[in-house]
Amino acid sequence: MVEPTKKEKYKKIKKTIISQKYLQVMALLGVVWMFIFNYIPMYGLIIAFKEYSIIKTISEAPWVGLMQFKEFFQDENFWIVLKNTLGISLIKLIIGFPLPIIFALLLNELTSMKLKKAVQTISYLPHFISWVVLGGILTTWLADIGVLNDILLGLGLISERTNFLAEPDNFWAIVILSDIWKELGWSAIIYLAAIAGVSPELYESSTIDGANRFQKMWHVTLPSIRPTITILFILAVSGVLNSNFDQILILRNSLNESASNVIDIYVYQMGLQNARYSYATAVGLLKAIIAFILLLSANKIVKKLNGTSLF
Amino acid sequence: MLFICAITIYPIWYVLVNSLNDGVDAMRGGIYWWPREFTLENYKAVFETPGIVTSFGVTIAKTVIGTITHVFFTAMVAYAISRRDLYGRNFYMLVGVITMFFSGGLIPYFLLIRDLGLFDNFLVYIIPTMFNFFHLIIFVSFFRELPTSLEEAAKIDGANDFMIFIKVIIPLSMPVIATIALFQGVYQWNDYFAGVIFVNNPDLQPIQTYLYKVVAESSSNQMMTNAAGSIATKTVTSQSIKLATMVVTTLPIMLVYPFLQKYFVKGMLIGSVKG
Repeated sequence: MVEPTKKEKYKKIKKTIISQKYLQVMALLGVVWMFIFNYIPMYGLIIAFKEYSIIKTISEAPWVGLMQFKEFFQDENFWIVLKNTLGISLIKLIIGFPLPIIFALLLNELTSMKLKKAVQTISYLPHFISWVVLGGILTTWLADIGVLNDILLGLGLISERTNFLAEPDNFWAIVILSDIWKELGWSAIIYLAAIAGVSPELYESSTIDGANRFQKMWHVTLPSIRPTITILFILAVSGVLNSNFDQILILRNSLNESASNVIDIYVYQMGLQNARYSYATAVGLLKAIIAFILLLSANKIVKKLNGTSLF
Repeated sequence: MLFICAITIYPIWYVLVNSLNDGVDAMRGGIYWWPREFTLENYKAVFETPGIVTSFGVTIAKTVIGTITHVFFTAMVAYAISRRDLYGRNFYMLVGVITMFFSGGLIPYFLLIRDLGLFDNFLVYIIPTMFNFFHLIIFVSFFRELPTSLEEAAKIDGANDFMIFIKVIIPLSMPVIATIALFQGVYQWNDYFAGVIFVNNPDLQPIQTYLYKVVAESSSNQMMTNAAGSIATKTVTSQSIKLATMVVTTLPIMLVYPFLQKYFVKGMLIGSVKG
């Protein structure tokens, strides 16, 4: 065999590309889009190390090193923002992650197909309602003349009407519960699909071994869907700091600020409302770094524990 | 199970019932199951407020155009990348995978949109949302399952790769197209944030942005009060218009989704497990 020379190799590549010219154009259009809308903003991150203002271009703005980061660490809001972001995110992860799995397992136990279908249809209905509309429902329900006050007064649990959204102490609970309410059914879909893929033979043999329904759930279903759970868990951890910007933006107000100010909201306020672009970019970058570290650690821990991992 | 269904559906029912009740009467509270004084005045008021009707038009236009361009563009790129013989495939995939884990964040993105001149421009709803790498992965894994013999037959008949994509692949891919169209359609219909940060012109504002301003900024309740004041009957309140707007905003999606249900369950599985 004669080794092909470099020239011949190039010729061959050129020929392949020409024969695929339509495919290449189709793929490259996607790459160009990603370059503009994903990669240019990544380059834009360098303003976190500069003092960018609207009159200068990004490259003209003077370098200031880590000044923006230092300012954030010294800011009185730093601890509040950090506490709210981590607090809401972690509680959401601890409560919100297992619930759809439990829901899917229970739903799987329903024997009536009709009932199962109806429960499913209803349970993912809220996923399709926007946070704006849900925010409207919540502000109506939680207001001092709202339904929740009616119920609690009727049960004698409170003695006077309060506006729940005006109190920082309630804010985390409202955010977490309403998020679960909205997404429980939707998040369960993927587990249900995974459960449907479990081989029926496993159930048959466990029936012969005398397993009851609960034992089957515990010893057959759960281990079978473990890879799905693992991957979704890693993804959930990496996304945990995006503690639902849309939702909080709608539910927050000046009275509950001490509990509702999370990193994303702070970036929005500083960057877009006060036009402090460099400062807000630095804060956002810090969040991205923390999120990336979380992703890597979750991946590593899960890999050690049971062998499956994202990468 | 029934309990979960009940608490899921009741808040939605409550809004519907109250939006069908006389506004002034509803302020007395206590309407839980059925409207006490049934009226359609609230809905009439919604459609007589000029700003709301324009916003509806914007939302419909952005949902229809945005969804079609998104599905077409993302599927097209996905088809090219799904072909195992494509030169440079791994590089293209790498370029995409990186975007799943790194991004510039809100402010650099905002500056980019401004520099591209998309401010106060209808295209801001369309172009930046034309492509999504996660949806691309769903498309790619679907296209991989299609038999290659059909493509080869078309090629012998003299079709080029783009024609094969249009004439052979798209008609075969209706289930996955329906899934992605649903995802993107819901996103476009429900998105309010682009309207908040990129658009000042009220004529370009989607209905969700309009509603956001009413819900989140209590000061702009003024807007609703004005709307209510312009109607002769005094039975409509800002609150009852708000509820009616919420119902009208949500209804189209509520009507569509049960029919698409069988598609998205499948789509979720393909996308999440292999992604």
